[in-house]
Amino acid sequence: MTKTEPQMSLSRVFWYTLRRDILLAYRRRNDLVSPLAFFVMVASLFPLGVSPDPAFLSEVAAGVVWVAALLSTLLSMDSLFRSDFDDGSLEQMLLTPQPLALLVVAKVLAHWLVSGFPLIVLAPLLGVMLFLPDAGFGPLVLTLLLGTPTLSLIGAIGAALTVGLRKGGVLITLLVLPLYIPVLIFGTGAVMAAANGLAIGGYLAILGAILALGLVLAPLAIAAALRISVSN
Amino acid sequence: MSTPLLEAKDLFCERDERVLFEGLSFAIAPGEIVQVEGPNGSGKTTLLRLLSGLSCAWEGDLFWRGEPIASVRDDFFNSLLYFGHQAGIKAVLTPEENLRWYSALHPLTDPDGISDALYEVGLYGYEDVPCHSLSAGQNRRVSLARLYLSQAPLWILDEPFTAIDKRGVAKQEALIASHAERGGTVILTTHHELGIDERVRKITLGALAEEAASD
Repeated sequence: MTKTEPQMSLSRVFWYTLRRDILLAYRRRNDLVSPLAFFVMVASLFPLGVSPDPAFLSEVAAGVVWVAALLSTLLSMDSLFRSDFDDGSLEQMLLTPQPLALLVVAKVLAHWLVSGFPLIVLAPLLGVMLFLPDAGFGPLVLTLLLGTPTLSLIGAIGAALTVGLRKGGVLITLLVLPLYIPVLIFGTGAVMAAANGLAIGGYLAILGAILALGLVLAPLAIAAALRISVSN
Repeated sequence: MSTPLLEAKDLFCERDERVLFEGLSFAIAPGEIVQVEGPNGSGKTTLLRLLSGLSCAWEGDLFWRGEPIASVRDDFFNSLLYFGHQAGIKAVLTPEENLRWYSALHPLTDPDGISDALYEVGLYGYEDVPCHSLSAGQNRRVSLARLYLSQAPLWILDEPFTAIDKRGVAKQEALIASHAERGGTVILTTHHELGIDERVRKITLGALAEEAASD
């Protein structure tokens, strides 16, 4: 019975959990397609439904891409803890001597890498389709890079609270959507400002601050919510 | 006698306004095998979840090695192996990947022992087969392989023999007995007749306890 160095074992736990979740996502890669398809569909149906006029579209492009990314993240959130809850892995996670918040960060990071990151890769493509002004592409990617991890962290709180319920999907939306609004406002605001030739440093700083706050506080909230959900 | 490993004082738990147990006190010493028994719905699983720290809807006091359990939670989790109704096995991972993750989370497990553990539970040759192509019993066996892997002194096993064949059950019973001989503690529920009955202490819940009290 040798005790490993605590520091060593914490990073080991983090990497193992991250790797396991990415492996799980890879083995069930069909599940990843639907939020991504949703993202592309919303953005591509929008011009058909409203107006294909380039002047109008370039005005709303940032908002459409951001809203589509936000809804797509929301859509994928419900599955974050669902399968772990159903097969009992979540119970095992709660019963380890490891800090639950750390495991949770690894899970959220894995989830963001497989469902949030592809959105950011696709976003410029949708920007082209929606006649986003040239000056807006950099800021769009930057704001999504800063904003979508926050969306994942906040969404994970909702997912943890509702994982014990049979139909948690709608409730997550109600719980989490109001908290998404600041991220959306500053995200689209930055892209619009850049398109109009204004400075975006302030927007990015606020998005960064929200992310930093979320990264510190959300894991604690997620861990507490998971304990409540599993205890029933 | 030294301090008991796990001591419960005056436990009270209700579910849907029905009292499952109240005033339940017991102490469990190292090396004991304790079987929680009672009819369906009498709160066996609830008691095991409560003891393992999964449930928080209860009243009373729990002591781990003489200390209140809330203050020594890390040490307690370190020493605990919990086997629940759901096996905690990911269907899309192979048995080896499942156990490797478990051993990463638990310091008292030896990752090098995984193939030996799978051999012991009769899954030799299935290391690389995804668990969804294994049978229900084999999935339970993957989870039971943790018993060979872990050096945790306290095992809490909820219906460990479900979907396990007769030979498997006999082997698990022997394993439980040898764990107790080495000074380990086992708390379990089962509806099987245990072959190692003589050394098992019983805690009875529900209607049976009331009958026993009125006799």
